[in-house]
Amino acid sequence: MKTSLRTIALVFGREFRAYFATPLAAVFLLVFLALSAGLAFFAGGFFERGQADLGPFFAWHPWLFLILMPAIGMRLWAEERRSGVIELLMTLPVRVHEVVIGKFLAAWAFTAVALVLTMGFWLVTLYLGSPDNGIVAASYLGSFLMAGAFLAIAACISAMTKNQVIAFILSAIVSFLLVMSGTDLVLAALRGWAPAAVVDLVQSLSFITNFDRLTRGVLEAPAVILFLSTIVLALWINVQVVDAKKAA
Amino acid sequence: MQLVEATGLVKTFSRLRAVDGVSLSVSRGEVVGFLGPNGAGKSTTMKMLTGFLEPDAGTASIAGHDVFADPIAARRRLGYLPEGAPAYGDMTVADFLAFIGRMRGLSGTLLNDRLAEMVERVNLTGVWNRQIDALSKGFKRRVGIAQALIHDPEVLILDEPTDGLDPNQKHDMRELIASIAPGKAIVISTHILEEVEAICSRVVIIAEGRVVADATPAALLDAAIVDGIRPSLETVFRSITGSKAA
Repeated sequence: MKTSLRTIALVFGREFRAYFATPLAAVFLLVFLALSAGLAFFAGGFFERGQADLGPFFAWHPWLFLILMPAIGMRLWAEERRSGVIELLMTLPVRVHEVVIGKFLAAWAFTAVALVLTMGFWLVTLYLGSPDNGIVAASYLGSFLMAGAFLAIAACISAMTKNQVIAFILSAIVSFLLVMSGTDLVLAALRGWAPAAVVDLVQSLSFITNFDRLTRGVLEAPAVILFLSTIVLALWINVQVVDAKKAA
Repeated sequence: MQLVEATGLVKTFSRLRAVDGVSLSVSRGEVVGFLGPNGAGKSTTMKMLTGFLEPDAGTASIAGHDVFADPIAARRRLGYLPEGAPAYGDMTVADFLAFIGRMRGLSGTLLNDRLAEMVERVNLTGVWNRQIDALSKGFKRRVGIAQALIHDPEVLILDEPTDGLDPNQKHDMRELIASIAPGKAIVISTHILEEVEAICSRVVIIAEGRVVADATPAALLDAAIVDGIRPSLETVFRSITGSKAA
């Protein structure tokens, strides 16, 4: 498959700048910081625990991301369809997958900016005690990978509609299912009738279970592979959807 | 070699046959006015010529390159203004045109020269650093033309380039198209008939997805002479398409 890195870089540059062209970037970054801090402090008992670690901070990421990542990803393709720019873009001498990858990477890089801005927490814990830096680093990596998986799903769903609100809601629902699939609620409901293999499969696909593993500091290959393969699969579907649904 | 060559294009949306066997060939130096009532299949045909939409049947090629078998090569030789002149509203005119130029493989001094020429030719001086969202309809249309011309393509496909422009802007747009016409093959869709008489060397009229006339404007009018009186193009258009569109 021929790929022009130049095209990917150009699309990336345009999309990344587009986040900052409107107040959206500032609003998003503020909301993300406020929510992740607020949840860690008030709901997570960051201080009361008396431990210098970032567990309460990362524990909320799956729940935060399932709303925030669809918000970042929803415009990627829906907006191109609504404005008609998709027609311009797809008649340039570029390949669909180059544009899909460039757009996704821009959204992912924007998420990286948000995550980097939260590293103040790390500094606070370093000041207050001696956190296990390996665990923190693995948790950040896990959070970044999980964000990528949510974003790829949001980008893919965004390509199916020209309505950003629909894209947002559908992505949030799919993300919710992927988070919930590891909870006792879902697993208990399945255990009643489904074969053990199915229960294991559902559990193994759960974002929350896999993310938890990474935040415990074990850089487990299956968790990394799950998030990366979710990204690849969602982007592959994204390419097919753009190819098939140019007209709509 | 014809710069634009389409044979037997067919496109059906759910049950509606939007384009029903359209063939078209345009050679260098020709400006073809693509006419038809709303919903006749003009835009759909143009989308297939550019390779954006895949036809259910038929083929299209640009400068000898099949738009589906060899899309990248075909698109390099094509400048396209989609209906409504879409553009990234959050970018400035300068950034947007530079982006499109780079996506088309231009860079360095070549890109800068082309951008400078666009400012000049399409008359974008006053708005060069303005955000596209903040532009008037006329300027947005000009930005759309500029992005189609940025790589100096051999083939131009312009979907309603003068739609929504005031008379002065329409005049400017026609002058611009006439000035770039030599050496290129241009297809313009419109439903403004005076435009066709002003700039087109050939008229192709479609109705209900089929080509119903293909001639020079003069020949079309001559063929319709009744009692030695040459009718207006509007009368001819209405008589050709009216019964079918009703």
